[in-house]
Amino acid sequence: MGANLFTNYGEAVAMILFGIGFTNLLLQKNLIKKIIGLNIMDTAIYLFLAEKGYIQGRMAPIIVDGVQNVETYINPIPSGLVLTGIVVSVSVSALMLSLTIRLYQRYQTLDLDEISTKLKKEGL
Amino acid sequence: MDFVQNFPCFSIVLSMFASIFSSALNGKHAKWLNTAVLIIISIMSGCLLFYLIGTGQSYVYMMGRFPAPWGNEIRAGILEALMALFFCVIMLLSLLGGESHIKAEVDPEKVNLYYIMINLLLSSLLALIYTNDLFTAYVFVEINTISACGLIMIRQTGRTIEAATRYMIMSLLGSGLLLMGLCMLYDMTGHLLMSNIKASIEVIVAEGTYTVPLLVTIGIICVALAIKSALYPFHSWLPDAYGYSTVSSAAILSSLVSKGYIFLLIKIFYRVIGFDIICNSKVINILFVFGLAGMIMGSLNAIRENDIRRMIAFSSVAQIGYIYMGFGLGTEFGILASVFHIISHAATKSLLFIAAIGLTDVSGKKRQFINLTGAGYRNKVAGFAFTIGSLSMVGIPMFSGFVSKLLFAQAAVQTHNKMLPTLIVLAVSTVLNAIYFMKTVIRIYTPIETEYPTIPFQKCKVYGITLICFIVLNVILGMCSQPIVDLIRSGLNMFA
Repeated sequence: MGANLFTNYGEAVAMILFGIGFTNLLLQKNLIKKIIGLNIMDTAIYLFLAEKGYIQGRMAPIIVDGVQNVETYINPIPSGLVLTGIVVSVSVSALMLSLTIRLYQRYQTLDLDEISTKLKKEGL
Repeated sequence: MDFVQNFPCFSIVLSMFASIFSSALNGKHAKWLNTAVLIIISIMSGCLLFYLIGTGQSYVYMMGRFPAPWGNEIRAGILEALMALFFCVIMLLSLLGGESHIKAEVDPEKVNLYYIMINLLLSSLLALIYTNDLFTAYVFVEINTISACGLIMIRQTGRTIEAATRYMIMSLLGSGLLLMGLCMLYDMTGHLLMSNIKASIEVIVAEGTYTVPLLVTIGIICVALAIKSALYPFHSWLPDAYGYSTVSSAAILSSLVSKGYIFLLIKIFYRVIGFDIICNSKVINILFVFGLAGMIMGSLNAIRENDIRRMIAFSSVAQIGYIYMGFGLGTEFGILASVFHIISHAATKSLLFIAAIGLTDVSGKKRQFINLTGAGYRNKVAGFAFTIGSLSMVGIPMFSGFVSKLLFAQAAVQTHNKMLPTLIVLAVSTVLNAIYFMKTVIRIYTPIETEYPTIPFQKCKVYGITLICFIVLNVILGMCSQPIVDLIRSGLNMFA
């Protein structure tokens, strides 16, 4: 168990980072800190995928010198997944930031709980 | 290959292109385009359903030129076609019913943006229904989230922006977990297509390796989709999002968006992990407990609520609890009951939202119960529709809610140790449902002298006809449930 953890230290770090990001997104009151948490969480997943996608001693999956043996190259799909994931993560971050700007313009605060209190006072 | 087999691909592409074209049109034309697309996709799904009933087996459709382990795939069976047809019909009716409110509440220059979101939502729902590839499913889950957020915040008030932010936060937690779960699954099996993953998982389970990671993965995916579909402890964003957005959005969000995620979860149960493995893991017991808790707590919150829209929203929490309870039973029949409840709840909840807006309109736009007194006389069709919806939710025979409750009870009787809690909670929840829905019905039929105007049927024809369609749909689901149950059963058999 412990030995496995040491060999796969990259994955372990990715999981810890995922946890940090997840709790930040869930528990922080400040919206900007929440978005930072979101990005840490997503990046941790990409780190996990990148760690899993690399095999020691193999090359990038580009055929050189006509070597077509599968054992020579790593699997290109995890890198593709990371790219797709980055696109998704950029768009949701942009959406969250724009929502934050809207809320800040209306209520002059980034604290979600304070915004809720102000909303209740408005009584809409 | 028959021409009909192209229809799933066509419907996804059609709705996506419609959203692109809508950006160049004005609001009115965008609306017509959207209506046309919805009708075309309904017809195509109907044809596909008939075709699949005729052939009696599902098929896999290759997207692109590469075969199974490398390329992307679409898969269509009876259940998928039925869901696609049903989702399109509900979406069409919800949009028609809330049309006047979209006009009134959305900035006229932004109406086409609303229809872009609707089309995107439709395409992502269809893709979630049909896809056979897990990573595609993840991408469309995100598209679904983003467009649903747009639907909430298209009406620009402080409440809706706050609700959209809360919705996004919860949804992003769910998507993060889902992506992690999918990556772990990919890591263990080396595949992304559902059928290939299932084959590898069978090997893994037979060999007895990766027991703990598999359990963790199942747990993560279940929790992720439970968060996204607002199972009980994760429902905090729901009342605001459903209560303050424009009424079509509320109807679509409650009846379609959360159901899309639940349908994906069913697909993962059957087609990715395998139903026996899911049942042997203890994860479904957790879903069962939270489902039961949701049934009670959602109803209790709804009783305490003084705002009719928020009350209906809390009732959604209870109904999502029913669906997860069906999963938690861990039998084929439980899933069948859940799928039927997805359909019946979607039909009833959108009816209730649309009817409630008619009642608040004749009460000076006020949503507190005190103002709604006698509203059933001022807008007769809305009052009647609300009564039908309430009766269906409570579970009176003849309406769809009764059939789903009956199916849940039958499913519970077939299990060994979960029968008693299920039946007790089902009974308690029915009583609680009756308390708050009947309270509202009595309130809207209490005669009172007020200054609020009466709206005759002639003044709101489209709205009235939409409500009548909803009522007919509900009664059909309640009276002729057997063919639909048979369809769902054969669809579920095709899944396995």
